Amino acid sequence: MNTNRLKSLLFTWEALLVLLLALCIVLGGMLSPYFLTAFNFYAITSNIMEIAIMALPMTLIIIAGEIDLSVASVLGLSSVVLGLLWDRSNSMWLAIGVALLVGLVAGCINGLLVTKLALPSLVITIGALALYRGLAYVVLGDQAVSDFPTNFTNFGFSPIPGTELPWSGLIFAILAIIFAVVLHFSRLGRQLYAIGNNKEAARFAGIHVGRIKLILFILSGVIASLAGVIFTARFSSARPDNAVGFELDVVTVVLLGGVNIFGGRGSLLGVVLATFIVAVLQNILGLLNISGDIQSLVIGLLLILSVLGPNLARRIQSLITRRRLAAGSVGSSKQL
Amino acid sequence: MTTASREVEAARQRSLAGRARLLGLVSRVRELGLLIVLFCIVLIVGIQAPRFLHIDNFEQILLSVAILAIVAVGETLVVLTRNVDLSVGSMVGFTAFVTAYFFKELPQSNLLLGILLGCGLGLALGVINGLIVSFGRVPAIVATLGTLYAYRGLDFIFASNTTSQVNASDVPASYLALATTQIFGIPALILIAAVVAILVGYYLRASKSGRQLYAVGSNPDAASIIGIRAHRLVFGAFAASGLLCGLAGVLWGARFATVDATNATGLELQVIAAVVVGGVNIFGGSGTIFGAVLGAIVLGTLENALNILNINQFWLQAIYGAAIIGAVVLDAFITRWLQKAILARRKHA
Repeated sequence: MNTNRLKSLLFTWEALLVLLLALCIVLGGMLSPYFLTAFNFYAITSNIMEIAIMALPMTLIIIAGEIDLSVASVLGLSSVVLGLLWDRSNSMWLAIGVALLVGLVAGCINGLLVTKLALPSLVITIGALALYRGLAYVVLGDQAVSDFPTNFTNFGFSPIPGTELPWSGLIFAILAIIFAVVLHFSRLGRQLYAIGNNKEAARFAGIHVGRIKLILFILSGVIASLAGVIFTARFSSARPDNAVGFELDVVTVVLLGGVNIFGGRGSLLGVVLATFIVAVLQNILGLLNISGDIQSLVIGLLLILSVLGPNLARRIQSLITRRRLAAGSVGSSKQL
Repeated sequence: MTTASREVEAARQRSLAGRARLLGLVSRVRELGLLIVLFCIVLIVGIQAPRFLHIDNFEQILLSVAILAIVAVGETLVVLTRNVDLSVGSMVGFTAFVTAYFFKELPQSNLLLGILLGCGLGLALGVINGLIVSFGRVPAIVATLGTLYAYRGLDFIFASNTTSQVNASDVPASYLALATTQIFGIPALILIAAVVAILVGYYLRASKSGRQLYAVGSNPDAASIIGIRAHRLVFGAFAASGLLCGLAGVLWGARFATVDATNATGLELQVIAAVVVGGVNIFGGSGTIFGAVLGAIVLGTLENALNILNINQFWLQAIYGAAIIGAVVLDAFITRWLQKAILARRKHA
C-alpha cells in the first residue's frame, strides 16, 4: 500500500516537471558559467513574470473548460492607457488605476459575450485579441510613452533591496498562493473542476456556471492589465505592440503544466513548474546565443510532446495491460 | 364578426407563409446575411467615394484577398471536422521562403518544379499536423499551436543558414509572372483562387467523403457508429490544409517578391476571421466554402474601404476584431431564431 502510494506520487505529472526543471538547471550550469549566478536568477524571474502572472487565471479558465486568448492584447491596451494617462495627467496612481479598470472592462465584455450569449470563448477571445490590440493602436498610434517616473521604473528594473527577487516576483508569489488556495482548497475551486468536467451536471448540481465564468474572465482581464503595468515598468515603455503573441506563451505554460485543454483536470503547482521550465530553457538558449525564433521551436516541440508523450505512454501501457490480462496474470496494474 | 375573424385568419396565414418562405431562404442560404452586409458596405462607401466603385478597385480587392481565400478554403475543411489549424501562417511563411529561395538558387529551373516543391512542402507540414492530431490524439488547438511555433522556428533556421532575405531581383521573372499574368483580362492569382474554391466547394457538396466531413464535425460519435473513419478524414483535412498553404506560399512569394522568415506572421488570425465571418461554425458540422471565401472578400473589402475613406490605418485591426465578434453574435442570433421558428412550425403542423 505504502509503496503503491509512493509509486503513484512519483508518476504524477508534477513530479515529472520537477525532474525536468532540475535537469534544465543542471544542464544550464554545465553549459554556461553565467547560468548559476545571482544576477541570472534575477533575469530569469523578471523575464517570465508577466507570463507567469497571466497563467494563473488562465489555469482556472481552462480548467473550467473555456479559454481566454485576449490576455496579451489586454496587456497591450492597459499599457498604452497607462502611458497616455501618465503623459496627460502626471499622476501615476490615476494612470495605474484606470489601466486596471480597462482590464476589468475588457474581461467583463469577454465574460458577458461568453456567458450571456453562450458563445464559444475560443472565437470570442480571438476576436477580442484583434479588437483590444487594435484599440491599443488607436489610443497611441505608432507613438510610445517612455518618460516614466523613477519610482515606477525602479519597480520594474531593480530587485527588492537585499534580495535577488524582482518586485514582480513578489506579486507573483502572493497571487500564486491565493490562486492555489482558491483552486485546491475552496468550494469555488471544486466547482471549477465540476464545470470543466460536465457543465450540464454542474448546473443541475446548483452551481452558478454563468456567474463563475463571468468572474473568471473579469479576473483574467484585471490580472492581464496588472501584467501590463509590470511590463510597462520593466521596459519603461508604453507601446501598442507590447507583448504581442504572449497569449500563446501563456497557453503553452498552462498546457505544459498538465492542465487538460478540454477542462476538468490540472493543478496550479504544475503550471508554476512549467512556467519556470520555459523560463530556464529560454534563458539557457539565450546564454548560448540561440535566437528567439529557434527558442520558440523548442517551446513548440515541448508543447506537442507534453501531450503526445503521455498519450503514447498511456497507449503502450494499456497495450501491455491487455497482453498481461490475456496471459492470465491479473496483477497490480491499476494504479492509474 | 365572422368576416373580420376570417380576414384576420387569412392575414395570419399570409404572414405565416411569408415567414416560412423567409425561413426556407435563410436556412438554405446562410450566406445571405453576409451578402447583404457586403452590399451595404459597397453602397455606403461607393456614395462617399465614387472611385471605390471603379472596376480596377474591385480587381484590387480580389487580388488582395486571393491568397487569404486559398488558405481559408483549407481552414474550412479542418474547422468543419470540429478541429482548428492555427499553424497556417507559419506554413505559408515557410513555403513562401523555401520556394523563393529555390528560384533564387536555380533560376533556370522549371516553373512547375518550384510550384510542386512548395506544394509538396506544405503537404508534408500538413501531414505532420494530421499525424499528431488524428494518430497522436493531441487536441488540434494544442498540436497546431505547437507547430505554429515549430514551423516558424524551422523557417528561421532555414533562413539563417541560407540567405536572410530573397529580393524581387533575385528570382526569375517567370516566377513573379505567376501573380501578374492575365488570362482573359483576369489576373491569374484570382483565377487560381477561384478554381481552388470551386473544386473544393464541389467536392464538399457532391462527394461521399465531403459529406462525411460534415458528419464527423456535427457528431463525431454518431459518425463513427455509422462506420465513418473519422481519424482518416481529420488527417486528410489537415493534409489538405497544408497543401493549400503550400500553394498559397508559392503565390505569396510571387506576389510580394521580397520574402524573409517573418512573412505571413499572424495570418492565422485573418484566416480564422474570414472563416468565422463566413458562417462556418467553429464547432464543426456546418458552413460552406462559398461562405468562407465570401468572408475573406468582406474583410478585404472592409480593409480597402477604410483605405479609400482615408480612415486611420490604426483602426483596421480593431475593426477586424469587432467584425469577428459581430459575425459570431449575429450568427448565434440567426441560429436561435431559426431553431425557434422551426420548432414553432412543427407545433403548428
